[in-house]
Amino acid sequence: MTTWKRACRWLAVAAGLVMSTITPALAATPKFDSGDTAWMLTSSALVLMMTIPGLALFYGGMVRKKNVLATLAQSFGATCIITVLWMVIGYSLAFTPNAHAGLNQLIGGVNELLLGKLALNSVSPLAPTIPESVYMFFQMTFAIITPALIAGALADRMKFSAFMWFMSLWLIFVYCPIAHWVWGGGWLGSMGALDYAGGTVVHLNAGTAALVTCLVLGRRVGYGTENMAPHNLVLSVIGASLLWVGWFGFNAGSAVAANANAGMAAAATQIATAAAAMAWTACEWVVLKKPSVLGMISGAVAGLVAITPASGFVDAQGALIIGALAGFVCYLSAVHMKKWLGYDDALDAWGVHGVGGALGAMLTGALAKHAINASGSGWLFDGNAHQMLVQFYDVAATFIYCAIVTFIILKLIDVTIGLRVSREVEIEGLDINLHGEIVHG
Amino acid sequence: MKLITAIIKPFKLDAVREKLTALGIEGMTVTEVKGFGRQKGHREIYRGAEYAVNFLPKVKIEVAVTADLAQSVVEAMTLAARTGQIGDGKIFVTGIEHTVRIRTGETDRDAL
Repeated sequence: MTTWKRACRWLAVAAGLVMSTITPALAATPKFDSGDTAWMLTSSALVLMMTIPGLALFYGGMVRKKNVLATLAQSFGATCIITVLWMVIGYSLAFTPNAHAGLNQLIGGVNELLLGKLALNSVSPLAPTIPESVYMFFQMTFAIITPALIAGALADRMKFSAFMWFMSLWLIFVYCPIAHWVWGGGWLGSMGALDYAGGTVVHLNAGTAALVTCLVLGRRVGYGTENMAPHNLVLSVIGASLLWVGWFGFNAGSAVAANANAGMAAAATQIATAAAAMAWTACEWVVLKKPSVLGMISGAVAGLVAITPASGFVDAQGALIIGALAGFVCYLSAVHMKKWLGYDDALDAWGVHGVGGALGAMLTGALAKHAINASGSGWLFDGNAHQMLVQFYDVAATFIYCAIVTFIILKLIDVTIGLRVSREVEIEGLDINLHGEIVHG
Repeated sequence: MKLITAIIKPFKLDAVREKLTALGIEGMTVTEVKGFGRQKGHREIYRGAEYAVNFLPKVKIEVAVTADLAQSVVEAMTLAARTGQIGDGKIFVTGIEHTVRIRTGETDRDAL
């Protein structure tokens, strides 16, 4: 009984201390919007779900049975390493201002390293109605999925160690600067580039890196002679469906508020996705005579990608047009252009995300409507043809910068620890050789 | 005693089994196998990536019969498994030196 009393006394002292430290902060509590905060917490969790398990299953089902666990490990490993790096330096570089105004056009500051200044009631000027902790977490989930998408191009043949280094360096030297250019106060955003949820920052960026990666790595052993069809499309369908649902956090969450813009972005996302899945399926049905399940889900992802920059700027009809075009164009790039040019983009990360992201960015310039979002006037409805040029700069800058820096990072890893597994390991499978496990024991 | 080994198209298995049961054959062993003959393989394209199908799926049936039944079993199999297309398969007949039924220890003709 005395111990119990003593414990109570200690607790009371501790509580008093805590109260005395937080009371002054409470006095200066900013007015957070509880609806916005609730929606952004939900959105952050939804976007995280896109990578794990969404993307992990989508890719995991598409590879051969010997490489399933290695593919899951890539999505999961990327999630963990990027979370830590985002906390250490990523958020600061991408989303906090650089003290030097000129440099701020190119990269954010280093004042928020290790999130040392993130307090209970911190607010980012980029998201004034929610706590900065929520905004930081929301942006973290974007930073996670973007590099993780690249795994589609390097599947079946990259060392896990090289992959983890690649994810880390790419986050810091490619994702953070480009996210800052468009969303963090940098030059593309100042120029008026419209990218609602990441058509260039996320998808064209990851897609370009994917293209460079599969060119640097070379084709998989047996490509063009062996059957590399997915080992379990059920996993891929579950993964694609989780991506679809999670994408409402991605696009509608990019309103950074629970408001009408979020609602319009969600509606546009749903419409474009379905239209793209139908367009891709129709192409396969006509050209290849069979509507494949892989085609259906790839079409849906193509629609999600292409509507990403436009959601929040276009109306329902714009979304339908973007979706239908995305299904058609991404079908051509993933199925025909890949075969014609001969690169081994194993799971079509470039064909769907790169091409779909660039297409969506350009169509945003064409179809954005001032009546839907006052911060975006497009060419066709508002007569703002100049927007097309701005969108083109956005696409070109992302492609060129990403391609060059990705190439340098890959070459650096190649000469130090090596990028690719040995031929023997590749033929036997990554699961047993890199992770010491197999999917069905 | 003869061992009859037939390599046939998988979808013809039931037709062959029915014909043989009608002849009074009381057992057979069936294995899923892969291989190629004159039909050879072919090339397919999936999602823009081409690949070769060098071995096609077939079914192998093994039946052990007395020598006097062998001819009619082969004829029944040939009729039942034929489509007239390349890739219908082959039948091999070989001799059996000795047979034992494990449960009873019966041998040769009694064991079939």
